Amino acid sequence: MIIYINEVKTEINHECTLYELRDKYKKDADILILNGYPIKKDSHINNFDKITFIKKGEKPKYEELESLMVSRHTPNIHNMLKSSCVAILGLGGLGSNIATSLARIGVGHLILADFDIVEPSNLNRQQYYTSDIGKYKTEALNNHIKHINPFIKVTMVNKLINSFNLHEFNDCKIIIEALDNPNYKAEIANSVLLRMRDKYLISSSGMAGFYDSNIIKTRKIRDKFYICGDETNEAKEGDGLMAPRVSICANHMANLATRIIVGDEI
Amino acid sequence: MKVNGKEYKFEENISIASLLENMGVKKEVVVVEVNLEIIENEVYDNYLLNEDDVVEVIRFVGGG
Repeated sequence: MIIYINEVKTEINHECTLYELRDKYKKDADILILNGYPIKKDSHINNFDKITFIKKGEKPKYEELESLMVSRHTPNIHNMLKSSCVAILGLGGLGSNIATSLARIGVGHLILADFDIVEPSNLNRQQYYTSDIGKYKTEALNNHIKHINPFIKVTMVNKLINSFNLHEFNDCKIIIEALDNPNYKAEIANSVLLRMRDKYLISSSGMAGFYDSNIIKTRKIRDKFYICGDETNEAKEGDGLMAPRVSICANHMANLATRIIVGDEI
Repeated sequence: MKVNGKEYKFEENISIASLLENMGVKKEVVVVEVNLEIIENEVYDNYLLNEDDVVEVIRFVGGG
């Protein structure tokens, strides 16, 4: 029988249980994960099972880290995510949250684009810290992602993105528009839809304030083109962007990207 | 003419630009689809719509 213990292919010649394996390979493990799910009682082992043993609080070696981190990912799904590339245009309230979620779920290559630097008024809703103030948003996020998952490839683009430099994102299957200005949102959408027809485009519109969470939707507009948001509530004086609702919209976008990558959304 | 799924009173020789104006929507913030084709924004002024056209106007609002 072939099984994987902490991602290492292992052959075992006899029937055995999870607890017997733990006692043999990592006696002091207190977290036992079987095929992406933590197990609380002993269980039979089948051919090709993926098993991870973790000792809480123990700092793993770098070589071992990736296999321990992927243990809560559903097998096969993770491989698809790891080999995918997503571009995120704009790293504000939407983009910084999208990048964080996609890094956590294990998207292998993220292209992060923003021309701006982190300033104090960003911190009410964007995934940065006071220690990031003054840094390029691309660099600050790259730094966070390295702490979340050092195995993710990040490409930083410190530019204002418009229809003339969109070709920098040719390598990705999915482009996520997370910009603030509605004119730029429309410019990007028109350019991608007319001239980058092989791309999936996830656009955003309407996520300001603290209106009902449930009016934020993921809407398929046409083949490979989606809009996330309530499509109504714009950011304006007296109706600013706020962390909870912006991140609801951001994670609609991140989940849609995930669904496209694994092929559940066509 | 159908606009965003609803019947719209057709006017002879109406361009995309005039339709957007009638709807009170700025042409800089939209994607316009006519019979499932995306239309370049440069031609909104000259693109005349037909009575049996199906038009979708996707309007973006700010914030992100």
